[in-house]
Amino acid sequence: MYMDDFEYYRADSVENALELLADHDGAELIAGAHGLLPRMKTGDESPSALVDIGQLSGLDAIEARDGERDGDPGGISIGALATHTEIAESETVREHATALADAAAELGDPQVRNGGTIGGNLAHGDARSDPPAPLLALDGSLEVRSPDGERTIAATDLFEGPFETAVADDEIVTAVRVPTDADAVSGYHKRRDPLSGYAMVGVGVWLRTDGETIEAARVAVTGATTNPARLPAAEDELEGSAVSEETITEASAQAGTTLSDEAFVSDVQASAEYREHLLSIDTERTLYEVLEVDR
Amino acid sequence: MWKPPTVIANTTRGRTTEETRRQYMSEHEISVTVNGERHELAVEPRTLLVTALRDELGYTGANVGCETGRCGTCTVAVNGETIKSCTRLAVQTDGAEIETVEGLADDGDLTPLQESFQEHHGLQCGYCTPGMLLSADALLATNDDPTREEIREAIEGNLCRCTGYQNIVDAIEATADRLGERR
Repeated sequence: MYMDDFEYYRADSVENALELLADHDGAELIAGAHGLLPRMKTGDESPSALVDIGQLSGLDAIEARDGERDGDPGGISIGALATHTEIAESETVREHATALADAAAELGDPQVRNGGTIGGNLAHGDARSDPPAPLLALDGSLEVRSPDGERTIAATDLFEGPFETAVADDEIVTAVRVPTDADAVSGYHKRRDPLSGYAMVGVGVWLRTDGETIEAARVAVTGATTNPARLPAAEDELEGSAVSEETITEASAQAGTTLSDEAFVSDVQASAEYREHLLSIDTERTLYEVLEVDR
Repeated sequence: MWKPPTVIANTTRGRTTEETRRQYMSEHEISVTVNGERHELAVEPRTLLVTALRDELGYTGANVGCETGRCGTCTVAVNGETIKSCTRLAVQTDGAEIETVEGLADDGDLTPLQESFQEHHGLQCGYCTPGMLLSADALLATNDDPTREEIREAIEGNLCRCTGYQNIVDAIEATADRLGERR
């Protein structure tokens, strides 16, 4: 299996990587190589040059930041080069962004989790992958840098279509940011495609509750749809409702209603109609798990 | 007398290595340490780590299976973490410490894990075995008393087409028991 030839440059800093990207037309970034390399082998992508940022130091830190100050939004910061293993094993992520830790632990297999990075995963925009749903449910964002400076891309603006994201060709993802809320709980449930190991349906849920009433809710899907998406009908049903079996049933039934029929993936594993059906079932499971309601 | 056919290693679309090298001038000099031994070699950017290990350096323990990151028979440890060496470019590992299955046995003396695979019939055709051993070795390095479920999760990224999982799990479990007795 030989790919088309390309030039290779190893960057020694983010600035250097930005220069290399700017200097070489058609260049792409590579780090863990788990997004781009498989697509280069199949010929789906053939960049003229690769800029390797995999060895940059300091881009893999996972830390909880104190509240907003000096323009920093606070919450959790996960360096773009953090591997899925590092995220799955991080107590900080487990405690404050449980859904993201769940997704990292469910992604691929041990070797894939050791190799792949969160920044690459999200910039790659594979709608079958696990992290997009928790990122949407946690209202996270990406910090990116370009020669023009820094900007933040909200999760809701990130996913533009299959392998298309709002991260521009001259930009580098430096960190994933997730706001934290002491009164919130979150989780991710995956229905694994038995063939590929990707999510056939993946549901991320974030809820703020006082134990009796759900004050705020965010629900998002990956895998079942051609683009990872929030599920506003389920969120509306949850917000202001009591923490109960009935609320979970009602909200789960609404899960796919705001999505068009075309939004669902239809393939050899499952039809669009069946995926919509599974989305309700898996939303229900995720809500039961996150709310710890017995049934 | 039968003689093995002459195989020209590392041919690219019918070209020999030397012809390929002349064609692509963008070779990179890299240095890697494999099982404690340092090697300097020149690779094309598109050469996969598994290809460089096998065809350039002779470490044929890492097998080429699916080449899509699924089967895990190409598993090696890079800087202490197991990865699938078909999903990493050789040039990306410049300066790295790599461990292959050849690095497990000490001068031909099998490790307890390898002996256990032999004892419990943890291999049939043997093609998945190098990856299975490295994944199991990584598990036992951090968890000396894994449950059968934890063992299964640890070898999730390694496919055995002979479907000999039962004996593989037995072999890993028995190794943990044996190492436990020694403590």
